Amino acid sequence: MNAHWRTFKVASWLGWEMDSNWTEPWLFVVYSIVKPVAGAFILVFMYVVIVAINQFPDPDYFAYLYVGNSFFVFVAATLFGTFQVIQADREWYQTIRYVYISPISYYVYILGRAISKVLVAAFAVIITLVFGVAFLNLQIEFSLTALPTFIASLVLGLGSLLAIGICLASVSFLTARHTHGLAEGLPGVFYVFCGVLFPLAILPPWGQALGLSIPLTYWFEITRRTLTPYTSDIDPTLAGYSDTTILLILFLSTLAFIGLSIAVYRAGEYFARKAGKIDMTTSY
Amino acid sequence: MSTAVRRASFRHRIALNLRAMKGRAYPRVVGANRELSWLVTETLLPLLGIAAYVFIYQAMGQLATAAALAGQCGDVPCAEYIGGADAYIAAAQANTADLVAAVVLGGTMVAFWLNVLWSMASQLYWEKEIGNLQLYMMAPMSRMALLGGMAIGGMFMTSVRAIATLVLGVIVFGVVFQVAQPLMLLAVFFVTLIALYGMGMLFASLYLLWGREAWNLSALLEEPIFFSSGFYFPLGSLLRVPGWGPVVAFAGMLVPAALGLDALRQLTLSETAFGGQWLFNVQVELGLLLVLAAVLLVFARFALAYLEMLSKREGKLTSRHQ
Repeated sequence: MNAHWRTFKVASWLGWEMDSNWTEPWLFVVYSIVKPVAGAFILVFMYVVIVAINQFPDPDYFAYLYVGNSFFVFVAATLFGTFQVIQADREWYQTIRYVYISPISYYVYILGRAISKVLVAAFAVIITLVFGVAFLNLQIEFSLTALPTFIASLVLGLGSLLAIGICLASVSFLTARHTHGLAEGLPGVFYVFCGVLFPLAILPPWGQALGLSIPLTYWFEITRRTLTPYTSDIDPTLAGYSDTTILLILFLSTLAFIGLSIAVYRAGEYFARKAGKIDMTTSY
Repeated sequence: MSTAVRRASFRHRIALNLRAMKGRAYPRVVGANRELSWLVTETLLPLLGIAAYVFIYQAMGQLATAAALAGQCGDVPCAEYIGGADAYIAAAQANTADLVAAVVLGGTMVAFWLNVLWSMASQLYWEKEIGNLQLYMMAPMSRMALLGGMAIGGMFMTSVRAIATLVLGVIVFGVVFQVAQPLMLLAVFFVTLIALYGMGMLFASLYLLWGREAWNLSALLEEPIFFSSGFYFPLGSLLRVPGWGPVVAFAGMLVPAALGLDALRQLTLSETAFGGQWLFNVQVELGLLLVLAAVLLVFARFALAYLEMLSKREGKLTSRHQ
């Protein structure tokens, strides 16, 4: 256990250095702010445009999609943070062979490397929400009694995200330089099916069923219930579920995804070793 | 040097650079078909991102329709709206359909912008990291031929993916495009691509000088360009927003994708879509794109020569991981 903890700590430090030491600290802070705020602006402009065209403002729906998009920063960053590790070490820095043969758990190493991106994402989420409150008239109605629920859901949500990220990283053992395509594309699955930007009810029944099988759907729902309870009428899909039930489902599905990540990691590693792809490089 | 020798030398250089372009384009064209997993990562997955934006517009359209059925047509009661609730609902549905079409078109063009950022702008930096750059620099070809080959290969590779995404988007979301001027459409599309890849060539030389900032700059240029160039909404509609709207709309035109998308939307939707609010008419936008393309290519040529010299002087040309 101590070895795992030490691996996690050192990998986290390494990830942080790699993420942040390419520039001055102030520029890194600016970079960390501009990207998520710009992402939020896409939705703000879409909202502004359709309101300008239809002359129909709906502040509750705006809050719904703004909060969903803010927390989606965690999804994009955590997924990218995990599944880019193998590709970066293998193709870019070409250090994977040295790390891989060292007496550590590579699974734990990937988790550690991803943590710095989770921390930066947390900062970005806070900035995005503060920006929304300060400049876009976003109403956050957070009560201290909801704090335990919020923290529990955040921990479980991030746990499920890391598990999904490990699954993807395991697949990248076997694929070429596709990190960027995957980074851009895969979060799209969660964007569409997890009620991030629009109510699940708008999806066809099979889409709703798929969404309800992904833990992130419950995380976004409970997050909205704690931060913007006035938006709960927008999506009736989970209206019959209490907060406790949603947390329980989130807990069980997170456990299931962690188990799945271990299985997929072992399978990816096995096939990569068998095919001699652990330190493969491509040069497209 | 005699005229005959000069002509032979000129022909030789042209042939050499054309071969270099073909040689650099070849791996991208072949690579496009070699790994079929790209079909998933670069056609189906982007479609999901497009779907998310489509559903936002559809959700907003449904909310407006529901409000109209309840007697509120936008910001006025339906009794005061010209044509009543039925007219408002029809207009809202038409607007939603146009916005969905605009998103599908914009989502398709995103593939080109991402290719420009990640496979053009940061490519020389990537080549440096994996050790190919010094081989390119020693070769007796023009660096512009190298970048031109990368651009042609990238355009082909991305076009295959973009067309697949567009076709899927049209089928899945039932988008109807009305193309009245196909030749103009092709002209706008290709001039937009040339201008975009010219910008990529310019960035490539800048990235050559920068170290790991290059990667982060590419990452940073995604979302701001997505919103400022109107990939997911008609940029001209911002002209209706008083104050900051026109400022953002015109600032977005610095990236060729903004003008190109606006023109493509005019040519594939109706000119009266979104209330006929566009940046300029198609002819003006094509003219501006031509100017942008020429300026960016010339800048790229000079920037590449200057920054190659500078990075040689500073010893950064082949130093990795900096």
